[in-house]
Amino acid sequence: MASLKDLRVRIASVQSTKKITSAMKMVAASKLRRAQDAAEAARPYAERMERMLSNLAGSTSAGGPPMLAGTGKNDVHLVVVMTANRGLCGGFNSNIVRQARGLIRELLDQGKTVKILCVGRKGRDNLRRDYRNLIVDTVTEFGRKTVQFSEADVVATKITDMFKAGEFDVATMVYARFKSAMSQTPTRQQIVPFPVPAKESAASAVYNYEPGDNEILASLLPRNLAIQVFRALLENAASEQGAKMTAMDSATRNATDMINGLTMKYNRTRQAQITKELIEIISGAEAI
Amino acid sequence: MAATLHLEVVSPEHLLLSAPVEMVVVPGTEGYFGVLPQHMLLLSTLRPGVIDVYTGGAISERYYVTGGFAEVTGASCTVLVDEALPLTSLTKAFVADRLAKAKAKMDAAATEEDTRRAAEAIVNAEAMAEFAV
Repeated sequence: MASLKDLRVRIASVQSTKKITSAMKMVAASKLRRAQDAAEAARPYAERMERMLSNLAGSTSAGGPPMLAGTGKNDVHLVVVMTANRGLCGGFNSNIVRQARGLIRELLDQGKTVKILCVGRKGRDNLRRDYRNLIVDTVTEFGRKTVQFSEADVVATKITDMFKAGEFDVATMVYARFKSAMSQTPTRQQIVPFPVPAKESAASAVYNYEPGDNEILASLLPRNLAIQVFRALLENAASEQGAKMTAMDSATRNATDMINGLTMKYNRTRQAQITKELIEIISGAEAI
Repeated sequence: MAATLHLEVVSPEHLLLSAPVEMVVVPGTEGYFGVLPQHMLLLSTLRPGVIDVYTGGAISERYYVTGGFAEVTGASCTVLVDEALPLTSLTKAFVADRLAKAKAKMDAAATEEDTRRAAEAIVNAEAMAEFAV
């Protein structure tokens, strides 16, 4: 039986935990709004980039550069696992890691070579246990406040350099697509070679290219990669805050329940003690 | 009122400008080119330089861009920029800082790729210096 003092201490500690979780929930809510705005603001660029790319890819003669057409092989896969740098956001990180694990296992079963690029500390920490020797690199420097394009560019540059050096044939990103504050879906997306969006037939007019179409394509593709990475990072950031908000909300609710339970127990114990003392006094008086 | 075309200047982080304009001058890789309504279809890469936006017969806005792509159709001009700065915000101190950073990167460059990128950044910062106020 816990003493009254123990119970008081516990109630106080749960109360301060509740204060922390509810503050974290507020912070996550405001960060979520900011992350959503950022994701929305980045959309026009990605849309127009996609349009240009589909125009270009439609007009270039057979294949195009390897970033679009592939290396012709399918042996070495790069898996880019995007997670958060921090925990305390419910199942967010573990869901992404689970998705990544599934993909890695599939690829390994098919006899492919797998390389892992971790973006975010949590993914690395999780995957390190099983796939230590497959992880080629980790990027953790991003998303201090909001995701900057330059941060996405660092990741994209790494991927481009590796591709140019012939270190992999196919690259796939794993990240959480933001649906709502309540639900985020872990998603796989192939980024190299880039699947060309279907071209609308109306836009088949002939463009003039300055300089040549291949030159444009050569500079457009790495940029497109950076945009895709940027987009994924933004989605991930919004998802992380959403998951954090939900997790902290339920933590706050749990704390409230716990405080209620403990307060009830405290009162009962106190009452029992009073009753016991009374009984002692009365029976003492009767004995005389 | 002269005919207009719809200009969009978009950076990865947000939409900078979306408005009807009379003419826009864009720094293409093979030279500056002006875009008027009914311009032929064109897709061009950009080099570091200044975009001039003309409305009402005069320059209404100027942006410094570090590079990107322009897509021109008869009715619209879409400029995807890597980074765009309104010319008014381009101060000497800002440019000097950029140049110093680019040079530091050059010194730290280990691989050939890094060197090439650092050189690009230096060229960019130097081009910027021309327009600094």
